[in-house]
Amino acid sequence: MAVAKKTVSETPAKDILDSTRGADTVALIFEESAPGRRGVDAPGGAASEARAIELLGADLCRADIDGFPEVSEPQALRHFLRLSQLNFGQALQFYPLGSCTMKYNPPLNDEMASLPGFASLHPAAPIHLAQGALELMARLEAALAAITGMDAVSLAPAAGAHGELAGLLMIRAWERKRGGVRRKVIIPDTAHGTNPASCTLAGFEVVVAKSHRRGYLEANEIRRLADDETAALMVTNPNTMGIFEPEIEEIAAALHERGALLYLDGANMNALLGVAKPGDMGADIVHINLHKTFSTPHGGGGPGAGPVAVKAHLEPFLPMPRLARRADGMLDFAADRPDSIGRLRAYHGNFGMLVRAYSYILAMGGDGLADASRIAILNAAYARKRLASRYPSASAEPAMHECVLTHDLEARTDVSTLDIAKRLLDYGFHPPTIYFPLVVHGALMIEPTETESRQTLDDFIAAMEKIYDEAIAEPERVKTAPHNLKLGRVDEVAAARRPHLRWRPEDPKSD
Amino acid sequence: MRFIPHTDDDIAAMLATIGVARLDDLLEHVPKGLRDRAAIALPPGQTEAEVAADLTGLAAGNRAVSDGLASFLGGGYYRHFVPAAVRAITSRAEFVTSYTPYQAEASQGTTQAIFEFQTMIAQLTGLEVANASMYDGASAAAEAVLMAHRVQPKRTVVAISRALWPDYRATIRTYLSALKNFDLVEAPFDPATGATDPAALAPYANDRLLCAVVGYPNAFGVIEPLGQIAAAVKQAGGITISATAEPLALGLLKSPGALGVDIAVGEGQSFGMPLQFGGPGVGFFAARMAQVRQMPGRLIGQTRDNRGNRAFCLTLATREQHIRRERATSNICTNHSLCALAATAYLTLMGRRGLRELAARNVELASQARARLRAAGISPRFNGKFFNEFAITVADPARALARAEAAGVLAGIPLARDYPELADSILVTVTETNSLAEIARLADSLAGVG
Ligand SMILES: Cc1ncc(COP(=O)(O)O)c(C=O)c1O
Repeated sequence: MAVAKKTVSETPAKDILDSTRGADTVALIFEESAPGRRGVDAPGGAASEARAIELLGADLCRADIDGFPEVSEPQALRHFLRLSQLNFGQALQFYPLGSCTMKYNPPLNDEMASLPGFASLHPAAPIHLAQGALELMARLEAALAAITGMDAVSLAPAAGAHGELAGLLMIRAWERKRGGVRRKVIIPDTAHGTNPASCTLAGFEVVVAKSHRRGYLEANEIRRLADDETAALMVTNPNTMGIFEPEIEEIAAALHERGALLYLDGANMNALLGVAKPGDMGADIVHINLHKTFSTPHGGGGPGAGPVAVKAHLEPFLPMPRLARRADGMLDFAADRPDSIGRLRAYHGNFGMLVRAYSYILAMGGDGLADASRIAILNAAYARKRLASRYPSASAEPAMHECVLTHDLEARTDVSTLDIAKRLLDYGFHPPTIYFPLVVHGALMIEPTETESRQTLDDFIAAMEKIYDEAIAEPERVKTAPHNLKLGRVDEVAAARRPHLRWRPEDPKSD
Repeated sequence: MRFIPHTDDDIAAMLATIGVARLDDLLEHVPKGLRDRAAIALPPGQTEAEVAADLTGLAAGNRAVSDGLASFLGGGYYRHFVPAAVRAITSRAEFVTSYTPYQAEASQGTTQAIFEFQTMIAQLTGLEVANASMYDGASAAAEAVLMAHRVQPKRTVVAISRALWPDYRATIRTYLSALKNFDLVEAPFDPATGATDPAALAPYANDRLLCAVVGYPNAFGVIEPLGQIAAAVKQAGGITISATAEPLALGLLKSPGALGVDIAVGEGQSFGMPLQFGGPGVGFFAARMAQVRQMPGRLIGQTRDNRGNRAFCLTLATREQHIRRERATSNICTNHSLCALAATAYLTLMGRRGLRELAARNVELASQARARLRAAGISPRFNGKFFNEFAITVADPARALARAEAAGVLAGIPLARDYPELADSILVTVTETNSLAEIARLADSLAGVG
């Protein structure tokens, strides 16, 4: 999660395509192509082609795929492996991206997902031949229910935002069943952008609740805002300030008294394992990001999985498909779910991610999960404490698994949060989330996770301190970072001003 | 716990720095009532070997795989050979363990690969611009209808082909269920050809028509008269959306863009992703440049760094939830980036010729299979041109499938559940993974059930 800061572009718009390619960057695959090269030997070859065109009729067929790559297998491999070397990744660098939970991704989980019994299983296989997969899903549902303190779980959503949509549509369906749909959903000003976006998609109007200046939501504010038109409050806990919402139980009670529901965004579940259960807080719905708390890899932006868990009164509304055990003991997908909100996607869910998360939960166990949250909280508290003299906390409240810090460099030397982030890259660290939450000016949101050692934190803290001191002594050095990467500062403003979103054969070749 | 590096000394030293005595002191601000009930009732953690044994056992319970059945299942998810190089690329930790490329300087691997993905999807679909990926084909189709509405906010009628994949139709219904101003209507298919009848759109061809959504190929494997449909929709001023679940077809078939389609979406699983019981695959989404600001999802654009080097970064983010919040074009944040990388690697390897040849091979084998079945007394259900799957008619699909299964063959998907009018039909899918011997076995196992 990050929010771009407006910077001034130094690239004239017409020059976007007129660039050089440093020795360390990589040509586009299209530029590496030459007619006649191939990266696979396709079965059937040209013989099939003539036959297929005859079968289909030439009028249905295209002549060619203009500009498509033509490279050999070794070229393809080198191209992508060299590209990979231009990326930072959690396996290689400390990656304290707040709200994203960049924890260690055990290789075993990938290996388990690629077992042929899982990887080669067709989603339309007859269910009596797919019982292993359904059993895994049933066990994962049960484990997530136990962890969150909820009654029922759907594994269908593909990501957190997809789970949000499911949850909000369920709120609608529940209300419709009770006789009328309320218009409004309350969202605190610290909320992640997907929350209001999901509300719009689910047909709700967003009402913004103001957080206390110390960064949490007060029950009084909810009592003031909630009325007969309020369907729900959607709140992240711990919130995006890293603060456990201290009045959450009172807030839940106030909502329920007014006939409204509590939707808990569980993106920050990594603070809550064995610490506090959403179900006990009074949540009616919570979504969980398996790609955060449950260690499925982020993959450069997905795929993930966003299961949604509910209390019993909302179970009938869970999305399709829904697992059910038949009288003969076999697992199946329930056919008749008249109150369900319906499907959110094709087939059953991001099953490959479910295998990884289940593998992770087995490895951790109930005790290991509880340790994970405690150590994640310890790491964040330690970083916060040690950085406090140069980067004070945005709030005096105690924090959970992440902390939001600020700084005075902008006022003192015109060095921005973005500059600090870019300079961190020079020291080999991925920066924290920046400029989020929106309520904190120039925020630096640090989430170390439990899988990073004290030594790594100390190194990171030392780099942060050094950058602060550099910013005072030598601000230009920070403002023009990064210096040690294969690329310098990327001009994002120029990219937006004249969008060039694909390669075309007539593009100038950069070399 | 092997994933947590802290020694007791580390913990003690860190607590001392923070100024508290015990770990649980860090939780004092969490209401005690909640903490007291928070224990997780799950067994203790397991060794790697124990976890592997447990999951290997579950995997073995998937007899569709472990019993070695020959499979003719398709229906939106396809069995294709995946070159080993694809996995060698997609298992690189630099790709696997990175986040969305917010910090462009530290993400050029992801951003450039996705720029290449966008280019290849644009080339395949014959459209001008493609986004960085969606969750899957069905949710991409739903997002396409929402985009159409942003382009044409005054129109309300969404005509959905009945021959569009049932899961896609259901997903569109869910996405639109909470929104006002949509009238969903169904465009029937011709019972003889299995294709959507362009004439059936005539009653809706007026200034209320927002869009038409058709499969290409459709849910019966039939190749729709996309050009005619797009022309009819365009005449009414509406938007044509094509949804492709088997994008290998685009290697050989005319591109949606060339046929007048405005938004082309689909499922990219065929391009280098294993079946994985239905996910994750990757949704693709392509449109015209004039409407790029109405597109959902992330976009990568080309730019330069401050040394004049070519570089790539996320762009046009003002459409997105993290900037625009409740006025964003979509709520999507995490997408299916690593799957888009798999597709990029796969398409690079297949290349200009290989993709076309493989598509042709699928057409040829499916046609052979249909001929073999016909010779065994099984009639095709439709007579429209098809890509790599087709429907057949049998007296009793459940019995026919059971008989095939007993002979070691998963013969296809019964259509009765989603199409009562096709209660006697089975969808059979043939790809390059099926040998001629398997095709013979399929025909033998079904002989006489027609
Ligand atoms: C607090 C919060 N809510 C929701 C989301 C959305 O989750 P996803 O990216 O999986 O859709 C995120 C992550 O980006 C988040 O940090």
